[in-house]
Amino acid sequence: MTAVLTRTSDQWRRLDWRTIAITTATLVGFTGVSGFSLASVVSWIFGWSLASVLAWLVPGVVLIVAAGFVGDWLRWTRTRYRLSADRLEMHTGVFVRKQRSLPRDRIRSVDISAGIMLRLCGMAKVEIGTGEHVDKDKTSLELDAVSRAEADRLRRELLGQGPAGESDDQVLAELDRRWVWYAPLSVEAFVLGSGAFGGLLSVAELFGFEADVLTWTYNFLDSMPLAVAILIVVVVGGVVGAVGALLLFVTTWWDYRLDRESAGTLRVRRGLMTTHSVSLTEERLRGVQVVETLGHRLLGAAKVDAVATGLAEEEHGEESDHKTLLPNAPAELAHQVAASVVNAATSPTDPSILCGHVTAARNRRLTWATMIALVPATVLAVLGLLLTDVLLHIAWSWALVALGIGLPAAVDAYRNLGHAISGRYLVSRHGGLWRKTVALQRDGVIGWTISQSVFQRRKGLVTLTATTSAGRKRYSVYDVEEHKGLAFADTCVPGLIAQFLDPQPPS
Amino acid sequence: MTTQATPIRLRPPGNRVDQRAIPWWRWQLVLTAATLAVLLVVPGIFIPPARFWLVLAAIVVVVIAVPLAVLLPLWWYRVHRWEVTGTAVYTRTGYFFQESRIAPMSRIQTVDTERGPLEQRFGLATLIITTASSAGAVTVKGLDGEVAAELAHRLADITKLIPQDAT
Repeated sequence: MTAVLTRTSDQWRRLDWRTIAITTATLVGFTGVSGFSLASVVSWIFGWSLASVLAWLVPGVVLIVAAGFVGDWLRWTRTRYRLSADRLEMHTGVFVRKQRSLPRDRIRSVDISAGIMLRLCGMAKVEIGTGEHVDKDKTSLELDAVSRAEADRLRRELLGQGPAGESDDQVLAELDRRWVWYAPLSVEAFVLGSGAFGGLLSVAELFGFEADVLTWTYNFLDSMPLAVAILIVVVVGGVVGAVGALLLFVTTWWDYRLDRESAGTLRVRRGLMTTHSVSLTEERLRGVQVVETLGHRLLGAAKVDAVATGLAEEEHGEESDHKTLLPNAPAELAHQVAASVVNAATSPTDPSILCGHVTAARNRRLTWATMIALVPATVLAVLGLLLTDVLLHIAWSWALVALGIGLPAAVDAYRNLGHAISGRYLVSRHGGLWRKTVALQRDGVIGWTISQSVFQRRKGLVTLTATTSAGRKRYSVYDVEEHKGLAFADTCVPGLIAQFLDPQPPS
Repeated sequence: MTTQATPIRLRPPGNRVDQRAIPWWRWQLVLTAATLAVLLVVPGIFIPPARFWLVLAAIVVVVIAVPLAVLLPLWWYRVHRWEVTGTAVYTRTGYFFQESRIAPMSRIQTVDTERGPLEQRFGLATLIITTASSAGAVTVKGLDGEVAAELAHRLADITKLIPQDAT
């Protein structure tokens, strides 16, 4: 079996030829629709007949489609790849020839995605990487596109799995349709709400209606009392945002499934129109993070992210979903999934195992909240006494609102502080609007940073930061009692910090 | 769990930086202030209406810079400390925001020394030790050039001996 595999996989292969057909078809569709709408707008504005405008446009469209076809055909003929015993090689480039080669033992990720057209043809795009995001050109290569079966073959072979069926896969989590209702509480809801309104306006503008829409909206809102008008805007924005977030959730997370495969690879599959399959080898995994936004926390929901080396951290949109192992789901399940992801019997992110921080940490937070409220208020009040009464009113209302929100937020932030050691994992929790519980492999800690401001020193607190090669590269335990924090660091990574402690702890 | 009479603390690292770091830091401050003052005075020569204000600003820069150049390096000398043991590198900087960094030998990836033009004049060097975490680099400024070179060698040797487990 293996001999046959090696022999067949040694050959140079081409991408699937249907790629050219798909590119061309997409181009025909796109230029057709946009060309036709351009023609109708032009004919409407200048009063020319639609037929004569189209007569001018059609040759252009044909030219673009032809150029696209030739370009993609050239790319197809000049792209080859080969999977040999120790390397994956790819030759590509029409004018500038590029030759890439990845050592097989360095390959850590094989991500498969398929847009609607690719799916209909039973094809997929494959992105293969070494798990380092240092220089994307050197550390990853993309096959756009190959047949679905070939994509699966590559994934299984590259991630060290036999060509066996999926019987030995262990399902860690599957989509529950009820999770959809957590979606409107995400940040996307707010962004989409305002985005949709902007989109509506730009569509209206395209047809020359913008002024009308604005006037109509303005007149409508003006006829209402102010409070009602504000309420209408907020409710409409909220509803639009919520619907948008629901749609986004459904398209992104439809058919979601998290598996652990035989060779110890975690695999996330999801997507309604465009399907994604993201694989993560366990050797890249340094821990998990449970994230709860304030809204989700109130509803008892949480999502689980991977803390892994070489995952895109700063990038947004589609990329940032790459590290998500479980979308917002009931918190209990999230902790359970976190536990099974890291192969732990008890969940390392379970809130009940966390050790809280001393009240000095709470007082610091209360001080910050008070400062944020009172410093601007004092400045405004002084200016108000000198200049105008209006500033005085702004000052006291600011102070009231800021204290009203700030003090409870400070207490909440304090309650969310916590740390623990759970088996192989160091656990730390912090945050209010975004509460994050990270469980980091103690073996994955590659250094400590202990920072202490003058104010912390007076209260005997420190902020202990573990540096690591994965995820955000640094994870902190905030405002922990000095001796407790140091003892914690000593227990997490034995034999490192002890030599710098005074007096030396008994070992 | 530990409620003994003497709570454990992090002791300061054993070594101060080289004494020549004081004049080095001082010259850095002097040169920065001088550049700023010159940048203010030169246009003042060519633009008579603005001359008064530009020269005044330059004087303010100098008046602020002189005490800073005298005192800050002394202060920095007191708060910068470092230590290298058989198993770890340990540094401490800052007072208002004190930061202590510890990197285990077994996780060290690269050891570099860096010498700027001014550092060369004073025979000093900066030691830069990186680990697999982009947030975990440890730097020691103001070391004697020889000491830094010898340390770099020693660290490179030790990290070769210890079984590597970089990430």
